[in-house]
Parts: sequence; structure tokens; C-alpha cells
Amino acid sequence: MTPSPVEESVLFGRLSLNALPLHEPILVATFAAVAIGGVAVIGALTYHRLWGWLWREWLTSIDHKKIGIMYVILGLVMLLRGFADAIMMRLQQAIAFGGSEGYLPPHHYDQIFTAHGVIMIFFVAMPLITGFMNYIVPLQIGARDVAFPFLNNFSFWMTTSGAVLVMASLFVGEFAATGWLAYPPLSGIAYSPGVGVDYYIWALQIAGVGTLLSGVNLIATIVKMRAPGMSMMRLPVFTWTALCSNVLIVASFPVLTAALALLSLDRYVGTAFFTNDFGGSAMMYVNLIWIWGHPEVYILILPAFGIFSEVVATYCGKRLFGYASMVYATVVITILSYLVWLHHFFTMGSGASVNSFFGITTMIISIPTGAKIFNWLFTMYRGRIRFELPMMWTVSFMVTFVIGGMTGVLLAVPPADFVLHNSLFLIAHFHNVIIGGVLFGLFAGIAYWFPKVTGFKLDEFWGRISFWCWTIGFYVAFMPLYVLGLMGVTRRMSRFEDPSLQIFFVIAAFGAVLIAGGIASFLIQLVVSFRKREQLKDTTGDPWDGRTLEWSTSSPPPAYNFAFTPVVHDLDAWHDMKKRGYVRPTDGFMPIHMPKNTWAGIVLSGVSLICGFALVWHIWWLAAASFAALVSLAIIHTFNYARDFHIPAADVTATEAERTKLLAAGA
Amino acid sequence: MSSTTIAATDAAHADAALEKPDRGTVFYLREEHHPENGTMLGFWIYLMSDCLIFAVLFACYGVLGRNYAAGPSGADLFDLKLVAINTTFLLFSSITYGFAMLEMVKNRAGTTLAWLFVTLLFGLAFLGLELYEFAHLIHEGATPQRSAFLSSFFALVGTHGLHVAFGCVWLVTLMVQVSQRGLIPENRRRLMCLSLFWHFLDVVWIGVFTFVYLMGTL
Amino acid sequence: MRTLRTLAVLPLLLLLAGCDMVVMSPSGDIAAQQRDLIVISTLLMLLIIVPVIALTLLFAWRYRASNKEATYDPDWHHSTQLEVVIWAAPLVIIIALGAITWTSTHLLDPYRPLGRIDENRPLSEGVKPLEVRAVALDWKWLFIYPDLGVATVNELAAPVDTPINFRITSSTVMNSFFIPALAGQIYAMAGMETKLHAVINKPGVYDGFSANYSGAGFSDMRFKFHGVDQAGFDAWVAKARESGQTLDRAGYLELEKPSVREPVKLYANVENELFDAILNMCVDTQKMCMKDMMRIDAQGGMGKAGLGNVFALQYDKPRTRGGHTAPPKRFIAAVCTPEAPRDGETVERVTPRPDGRRASAAGLPAAQTAMAPGAAVLPE
Repeated sequence: MTPSPVEESVLFGRLSLNALPLHEPILVATFAAVAIGGVAVIGALTYHRLWGWLWREWLTSIDHKKIGIMYVILGLVMLLRGFADAIMMRLQQAIAFGGSEGYLPPHHYDQIFTAHGVIMIFFVAMPLITGFMNYIVPLQIGARDVAFPFLNNFSFWMTTSGAVLVMASLFVGEFAATGWLAYPPLSGIAYSPGVGVDYYIWALQIAGVGTLLSGVNLIATIVKMRAPGMSMMRLPVFTWTALCSNVLIVASFPVLTAALALLSLDRYVGTAFFTNDFGGSAMMYVNLIWIWGHPEVYILILPAFGIFSEVVATYCGKRLFGYASMVYATVVITILSYLVWLHHFFTMGSGASVNSFFGITTMIISIPTGAKIFNWLFTMYRGRIRFELPMMWTVSFMVTFVIGGMTGVLLAVPPADFVLHNSLFLIAHFHNVIIGGVLFGLFAGIAYWFPKVTGFKLDEFWGRISFWCWTIGFYVAFMPLYVLGLMGVTRRMSRFEDPSLQIFFVIAAFGAVLIAGGIASFLIQLVVSFRKREQLKDTTGDPWDGRTLEWSTSSPPPAYNFAFTPVVHDLDAWHDMKKRGYVRPTDGFMPIHMPKNTWAGIVLSGVSLICGFALVWHIWWLAAASFAALVSLAIIHTFNYARDFHIPAADVTATEAERTKLLAAGA
Repeated sequence: MSSTTIAATDAAHADAALEKPDRGTVFYLREEHHPENGTMLGFWIYLMSDCLIFAVLFACYGVLGRNYAAGPSGADLFDLKLVAINTTFLLFSSITYGFAMLEMVKNRAGTTLAWLFVTLLFGLAFLGLELYEFAHLIHEGATPQRSAFLSSFFALVGTHGLHVAFGCVWLVTLMVQVSQRGLIPENRRRLMCLSLFWHFLDVVWIGVFTFVYLMGTL
Repeated sequence: MRTLRTLAVLPLLLLLAGCDMVVMSPSGDIAAQQRDLIVISTLLMLLIIVPVIALTLLFAWRYRASNKEATYDPDWHHSTQLEVVIWAAPLVIIIALGAITWTSTHLLDPYRPLGRIDENRPLSEGVKPLEVRAVALDWKWLFIYPDLGVATVNELAAPVDTPINFRITSSTVMNSFFIPALAGQIYAMAGMETKLHAVINKPGVYDGFSANYSGAGFSDMRFKFHGVDQAGFDAWVAKARESGQTLDRAGYLELEKPSVREPVKLYANVENELFDAILNMCVDTQKMCMKDMMRIDAQGGMGKAGLGNVFALQYDKPRTRGGHTAPPKRFIAAVCTPEAPRDGETVERVTPRPDGRRASAAGLPAAQTAMAPGAAVLPE
């Protein structure tokens, strides 16, 4: 190991009481709130004797639906953390003018913007997207689970472990203050000797394992487990986008893993990959991280495109316009997303020909994206549009996203990028596409599939409030940033000299408050809907007159999804079935072969978490011990051959009879 | 039940019905549906992602492999004879793994295990020689910290070595499992996966041997 | 709701009229051309964006479920002609934009020497550009004028209508050199040189700063760029010369230490080849210059003899980030060259390794720690 002047004890590494941020009142208050909340939850679980239930029904569950729900919960919880960071940044930038330092010293502020980026991408957007894919894809293809149910559970818990490690950095030690991609040499040991970057590295490495495995899993699921008759060109669009998104995951996350591994070698062992004293090159890291980073953007946006496609077709009461071109557009985007990474650093001096090549490939992506927009547009044409919440999000997305797309293409013009790179214009652009695209898509998806998951619809009133708060809040928060970017204001500043800028930051902060209102209304919406669940109940399993197979089963679907595997004859299989007089079978049920729950996922991830924490703090004995435990437990797990069971035919019959009654009562 | 929904009695019937959906359309299978097992595909996808990690390490070596930081180059350091012997070990281990798989197909657990054991010996010999090479280099002062060339060399070769070590652990586990339960379908599938993994490491090593050792010394 | 939104936009527009959008109204020819490009590209894209937004809102309104008069055609989902149009329309725009991109990227390549002063004035023959060397330090900017022999910290000046050739590097992490009124930015990276060619057309005082986050002092890494007439520039140079200060290697190593809000400093003299030494990371003469290292590497390295040539500096740019001090930095010692004969006086700066464990960790057999830098010689 590189000799370090910081005192390290054998037992605790560099962890000491000084690592607790007792001098930071904000953190102490946050910790108190989290601790009280945590104790309350644990107390309630104990009081109601729910631990066993929690362990059996959720934590060890390999049901893709439950795992999907847990992913979404993880994403929403982390959204609150990530958004708290955002509000703090907006507040700081709104007040730190003239001589004022604001309320956050640079050291703290820099951690906040780093954490905001990392959390929003890795622990909000990714879990939400993965959660949707997990829940919906098997249902859409008429499968009973994913290809590797245990791996699915393990993936989820690895992602969660990464999130826990990031959260731990809030209260024990510090987080990286390097920006969300941790460019060396700034992230190297010489410039960031603290534990922040190590938290960053291990959180992403642990979560990255989960993401990669879930990508492998979903590809195998989509390729191998489709219902009979569902050819690739009959795949629902959301499943297509999920397939492409997972191909991107599998083909890009290893690059992130390798880049971060090399960075950690530089930091832990003192190798010379990214520092030039011994012949390394920081530019290599920048290239590698963006070879992962650009596809990552499409990993997030493609499934959102899929959600919009489902929503538009359903609420327009019309088959999606140009299904084939939608599929081709998705595939083209998938491939092209690997040929554009250099546009993130035109200003590194690559030369005009290289820059223009990558600029033009970037613009070419806007062609299939444009075709998609037109396809949604012409699905609306001659439709009969029901403006339920998901459709409202979709229209708002279409308007917002094209603006973001336009500024994106503008940034792809290298000479324009030379003046806009790293500016608040760039910040406005990518929030424009991530909020206007990914997040609006996720909200559309939540409103669309909520009744499928829970059996009751979401409350309309609070949903609309949330929608308007988000939409207006987005424009109020980010349009000023476009302007500021054109005023030559750069990103990641903790304070400003020019007082004329302040008004824009104040407006942006107001926008962030509106968005906070949007988030609050969303949470209220969940609570209100839960309380009014009898009123909002959906007994049909198909509240929106849906078109794809997930709407053919009950809401919520039984553990086995489909009593009989569906046979598909056309695109929009369920719509086709309804049109041609499908009658639900009510007898002849057979035992159903299903995978068994397992402790292995949560335990292995927990041990990985300990290992990561030990590595962050240089507690070598613990790191070695937990790594050994990890390997041993994984081996022990492979000795378990009894991984499945049959749901007895009687149980299936009972469940289906229940549904028959419900349907009859509803009719 | 309406006349348009006739339950299929077997999958073949369903497929036949797919051809002409208007007459007697089948909307679900009465029989249990057995989708093809996805393990081999999944493992193959995983291997391709692993391949990308090696691609990154090769790329690093390509970019940094001549940045000796005024230190020694590959020509100064590598003992080609040693590496050639090592390469032979690994190539032989692939062949013996192949023999093990042939025995598995013939359903002979005993000889399968014997060949697996030979494979393990070759794997361990490879690891031993590699560790000896590393120890020798570090003893000389050619540590991973000395230059970007050495950093990328150790990272690439070391990652491959870690994979082989992991493969050996897996191999032992599988040998125990095969001896406990015989060549049941699960174990066959696992042996197939490890086979893919083992040959994949061989292919990667051929790349390492060519680009790092041969091109570095000749 | 929509009127409300329009109302909300109005004060914004007023604000826009009042604010100073430097990117949209720059004072240098390069930045002006970049501005033009932004405007042209935006207009070109609006050709398709505006219809899309309009159609979205129109269709959303027209085909709402409550409007029973609108045609409802649930089975209409394909039209080859329309598909051709929706792929071709963006394609046409992108072809136009791609052509513009290709030419403008080459024309406005920051590495390309200027061909004109502004739109109407080509560069006249024999105009000697002003050479400026810019160095990003923690957290300030050093500017060296090699032809004039002066240097400044956190202040830059240039005569109007004279081409400026910047050569840019960093002594620290990655930064980005950016004067929005003058021209686009380019990264400043340690051990590497980037170039920027620009000209300022209007006199004035403009903001310059680092546009790439570089740590705790980043927000203050700003300087003023003075565009002045020739007489004003001469006076400014004279003022620098009057300062009487000299920036030598020792002074630079002092200056290089992290500091924020460094006041403007002027230097009358700069040690020869200082920028070259900064660029090659060998201001400290014990360290081997990057260019020498690269030359040695190009010849196949120094063999095993080079293995021992690594030393640690206990005190090298102490980074106290995050409340911790960094571990000692290692470096490769310079080797004897005829131009730079070594002597013993620098040896005390080398901290001998306190024990064998550390030494071997850094790749140094303990026996070799006593070897003075320079013991190794260049292979011929």
C-alpha cells in the first residue's frame, strides 16, 4: 500500500470518532431525523411482529414483481435524498453573492453536487428504470418470472448495498468532492486523500455488479422466455426498449467497472494509470468513463421511450403508429450511442476532424429520436385521447423533450460547445432531457401501472397537482439556467461575484421549490390513494382498456402471473384477444412450477457492503474476512439444489375462482 | 366457453393453430409451458461483458504500454521461456477440460472427475508460475508503481490470473458437487458454464501472450 | 393554465432584455463566429422543433376524447409515405447541420492560427501575434508573455485587433481556460499543452475563469482580461516591468502552492524556459522532464538500471484537501545531461526513505536509496 501519513490503526483503519461530522449542524440534524425515523420503523415492525413476514415475503423473495416494487421504493427514497441535495444547491447559489459565502463552505457544497449527480443517476433513475423492467417485462411477454430469479434478488440487494454505502458517507466520513464522474487527477490520492472518493468507488462498484447481472438476466428473459407466438416483431415496445437498454447495460457497465478499478488501483496501490508523473494519462480515464457514460444516458431514456409508447397507444385507443420504425429507431439509437462519447470533451484538444466526426454522429442520433417523436405524434392523430395522468405526462414530455433535444444537438456542434461546455446551459440541457424525458416517463409509468401493481388507481386530483408542479417547476427552475449559461456562468460554482446574476438563481430556486411541491403532492397522492383504495379499486385487471399482456391478468397479478401461458397472434396481444372474443379459462388448472425464496441475495450483498465499508476505511482485516465470507457463502449457496417448488393446482384454482368472483361482481 | 377458444392439448397443436388464427384460435396453453433454459445464453452474455473488461485493460496496455517512465521495458524484464511454459500449461488445461467434457457426455462421472483434476493441476501450475514471475519482477523493483507500462502490465496479466484463480475455486467446487450428486442436469449445466469460462480465459491468454509478451520482447 | 404560463414568461423576457448575455454578444471575432453558429443552428432546428410542438398541442387538443367530432381511426397505424417523411425531415436538417458542423469545426479549431481580425478585416501580412502562456495553478492563473519577458498572476491584457496565441497547461488538476467574450474554452491539463488562437476586437475589461471544476478554490479561480489599445498595452507592460519582481523557479514553486483569491501580481522578468519546465513538470530541477522521459521511453526505456531512479518528496505541493495531508509524492529523478550537469546541493531536498518497508513499497530496494539522483546516466 502507498504509505500514508494519516494515522491508521490496525483495528479500525482510518476510521475514528473524528469521522463523525459532529461539527456540521445540518448533518447532525439529518442524522437525528434518520435515526428517529429508523427507530420508529424498526419499532413498528417489532411491535406488529412483521419481521418474519418481511423476511419471507419481501427480503428473500425472488418474485420479479416484488423485486420490481422494492427497486421502485429504493428509487423513490433515494429521490428524496438526491432532491434534498438539489434544494440545498439551489439555495446556496441563490444567496452566495457579493461577499457572501452562502451557508455551505466549498468543501461541503462540492460533496453535495457530487452526491446529487451520483445519487440521481445510479440510485434514483437506475433503480426506478430497473424496477419497471423487472415488474413489467415478464408480464408483457407472458412469462412467470425472469430467467434467473435468484440473480434478480441478488442484483437488487447489491444495488441497495451501493445506495446504503453512499448514505453511510453522509454520516461517517465524507463523500467525494470531485463531480459525479470523479475525473483524475482530482480524484487521485494526491488531490483527494480522504475517504470520499473511496466511498464513491465502492458504492458504484457494488451497485454496478447488481446492474450488470440484472442486465444479463433481463436479456436472457426477453430472448428465451417469450410466450409462444410472440416473435420479436410482436414484442411490446416497452419490452423492446428494455431489451436494448439491457444490451447497453451489459456492453457498457464493464467499462465503468474497469475504469473505476484502475482508479482504485491508483488510489490504493499507487499505480500510474491516470497520473502523468510515471507515464499515465488522465485523458484515458475521461475517455473510458464516457464510453460508459454516454450509453448510460440511453440506458435511462430508452425504457422511458418505451413507457411513452405504451401510454400513447393505450390512451389514444389506437395501435402505435409505425411500430416497425419505432423498433428500428430504438436499435439504431442503441448502436449509435457507442459512437458519440467524445462529445463530452470536445474541449480536450482532439483536433477538428475527430471533433466533427463525434459531433455529427451525435446529431445523427436525433434522426431516430425525431422519428420516435413523430410516431407518438401520429399515434395521437385520429385517436381518441383520454387525458388521464399518464397521457398528461406524455404530452408534457413531448413538448419539453424536443426543447432539450434541440439544445443537445446545439451542444453537439463543437465550436458552439466551446462556449457552452461546462456552463449552466449544459446543466439546463441535461436536466431538460432527464427530467423532461426519464422522470416524466417514470411518473407516466407509475400512474399507468400503479393499478396493475396494487389493484387500485392513483388519486387523480393530487396527481394533477403533482404534474403541474413538476411541469411548471421544471421550466421555472431550468430556463433561467439556459440564460445563465449564455451569460457565461459555469457549473459547480459555490459562490458568485456578479450581483446581476442573482435574480436568475432566485427564480431557479423558486422553481426547485415548485418541484418540491410536485414531489410532496406525489407522496400525498400515494397516501390519499391508499386511504381511498376501496373507491379507486380496479377489479377488472384492465382499468385503461390496455393492449398488452400485463392487462390480461388480475391486479395485482398472482404469484404465477398467468394460470395458463398465453399464446400470441398479433402485436398488442391483449387487445387482439379482447377483439376476438377471448374467454378466460376457469377450470383445468395444473400445478405451477415456481422458484423458491432464498436468503443468499440479501446475505451476500450485506457482506459485500461490509467489505466495501472496510475497504473505504482501510480496515484490512475486515475487508479480507468479509471477502472470504463472500466467497464461502457463494459456494455454500451453490450446494443448494432445491431451488424450486410447485404451486398446487388447488391453490391456483382457488386464486382463479376468487378472480372469477371479482370479475362477475364488477360486470 | 365460446367456440373460438379451444384449449390446446399440446404445444405442437398450438403452433399449428398459430398458422391459421381465424379458425379455432388458441389464446393459451393448457399444458405447462417450458421455455428454453437461458443459463448458457446468460452465461455467454456475462462472458462477453467480462471480455469488455479485458478489452479495456488491453486498450490501457495499448495506450500506456510504451510509457516506461525511464524504467525498464518488456524486453528488459520478460522471461519468454518461462511464459511459453506457462502458456503451454494453460493450453493443455483447456485440452484436458475438453476431455472431461467428452467423458461427461459419455456419462462417466469418475473419468470426468479425473480429467477435471488434471485440469486443476495445470491451472494451479499456471498460477504458480505466474506468481513466481510477479514475485521476481517485484523483487527486482519492477513494481506496478514504477511506470504506467508496469501498471497496465500487472493489471492486465493480474486480472487474467485472478480469473484463473477464481476458475480453480469453481472447479474444485464443481468436483465436489459432481462427486456428491453425479452428473445430474444441474451439474452438467454448471460444467458447461465453467467450460466456456475456462476456454474463454485461454483465448484471452493467447491475446496476452501475443500482445504483451511476444510483441513486447521480439 | 396556459395564460398563467405566458404571464410567468413575460417578466423573464424583460429580464433577458436587461441582462448581459456575453456568449450572445461577445467582443472577440472567434467568439462572435461561435455565437453566429449557435444562432444559425438554433434557427435551423427550430424549423422542425416548432412544428412538432405545435402539432403536439394541436393533436392533443383536437383528438381529446370529449371531442366527438374528430375522426377516430383506431386501426390506422401505418403509412409508408408518412414514415418516409418523418425519417427524411430530421435527416435533411441534420445533413445541413452536419455540413455546417464540419466546416465550422475546422474553421474555428482553436489550434488553427487566425486568418482574419474580424468579419471585414483579413489578417495583414507580417502581423506578429502576441504570444501568451497560460498556466492553471491551485487556484489562480499565471500568464507569461515570453516575447516581452513579463508575467502576471490573475490578470491578462492584450491589445485589440492583434491575434493572440495561447499555449495552455496546468500545474494541477484539469482546468479549463475560458474568456467568454474572447473565444471558446480549452482544457488546461498537467504535463500537456493545449492551444488557443483568438483576437479581441473591442476594448474593455472582461471576465476570465476556469470552466472546469478543480476543487475547493474553484469558484474564485477568476481573472480580468483587459482588451486595450496598443498604447494602453505598452503602458501595461511598462507597469509590469516597473514592478521589478522576477519569477524564477523557486518563486514559481512558492506560487504554485494552493491559495485562493490571490491578488494580481506583476513580474518584470521571468526565468527562461519557465513555461517549458512547467509543461514538462520539472520546475524542480531534480525531476526528470516529461520530454526527456518520453525521449528515453521512445528509445525503449532505461532498462533495469532505471528501476532505482525513483524518489519521494516529503514536501511536494502539499495538498490539504479534505483535512488530510497527501502521502508523499514520488517522482523520477533527472539524469545527467550535458546541458544540466548535476551537483550535490539539491540532494538535501530528497527525503531518504525512513525504512526499508516503504522503500520496497515504492519499488526501491533499500540498498539503492542512498544513490544520489543523477547516478544513472542516459543510455547512448
